[in-house]
Amino acid sequence: MWNNIKHYWKLLWHPSIHFSLGFLTIGGFIAGIIFWGGFNTAMEFTNTETFCISCHEMRDNVYNELQHTIHFTNRSGVRAKCSDCHVPHNWTDKIARKMQASKEVWGKLFGTINTREKFLNKRRELAEHEWARLKANDSLECRNCHNFDYMDFTAQSQRAAQQHSTALASGEKTCIDCHKGIAHELPDMSGVEGW
Amino acid sequence: MNKIRLLFPALLLIAIVVFAEENITTLRPNQAITEEAEPPSMANVLNTDIRKERNYPMQPPIIPHKIRNYQVDLNTNKCMSCHSRERTQESQAPMVSVTHFMDRDGNFRAEISPRRYFCQQCHVTQSDSTPMVKNQFKDMYEVIETNKN
Repeated sequence: MWNNIKHYWKLLWHPSIHFSLGFLTIGGFIAGIIFWGGFNTAMEFTNTETFCISCHEMRDNVYNELQHTIHFTNRSGVRAKCSDCHVPHNWTDKIARKMQASKEVWGKLFGTINTREKFLNKRRELAEHEWARLKANDSLECRNCHNFDYMDFTAQSQRAAQQHSTALASGEKTCIDCHKGIAHELPDMSGVEGW
Repeated sequence: MNKIRLLFPALLLIAIVVFAEENITTLRPNQAITEEAEPPSMANVLNTDIRKERNYPMQPPIIPHKIRNYQVDLNTNKCMSCHSRERTQESQAPMVSVTHFMDRDGNFRAEISPRRYFCQQCHVTQSDSTPMVKNQFKDMYEVIETNKN
């Protein structure tokens, strides 16, 4: 066993006998492109709605609730899908989130929330993770679409303009501080600040 | 004999139905009952944030803003995140009245009473629709004025 590993290790650092340098560099380059493309395509696939709702945990609970909200159907037809809010757009952050999501695969395999009841019992904890994430990154996923610099306060209702021009403008509050539960139903909110 | 006795009320009933039919204005005028009426366009919820006058002192004030997707259930009450006593300073929204803290035995509690928990039982939004039936409500001052004369 140990000899085998040693053998292959040596082979790896030995100049190639049968293949030309050109074959190895160009071939390696092309293989790299194919691998990279394949990797990104696979990762993009995990960002699609079809992928998310292929699990009944997502389809029957959170996706179902999303459908009543303004982020699913509205006058202008612009719509947010799961990954728009739950996966960062920036590449490094995205990879970090995808690695974190391996815990969700664990949850799926062991049926952590495989019934409605289990899901409801765990909802507060799951929601708190998302609130903490959005609070920490200053509601980045909201701001991917809702850019503060281009908000027209005159087009907002008095109440909204009042809050956005003070608390949000000063950076004292971020979107998620007030807009909890805009896309999914809320858990028991006792003890949450502002509720 | 019995048959004749029944005949008269039956005729009367038919007559009532036939004559009454002409005078009934329905909410779907000029539309045969067998045809599907064109539905009126949906009205928008008023979102003015300006308090409306109450029509009588005990009227539950109407909600002058949109409440789409406001969650009011066992888990949480979205309305209370602005209108509860502790939240009014920050939100500058009117506080729910003290009657809401009273239970059915007349005792004032720390939290709003469960029987006052579901805001929309009494408080509703308004829309910009034109009413299908004209409202004949008169303010009591109007009633007092007309009774004077």
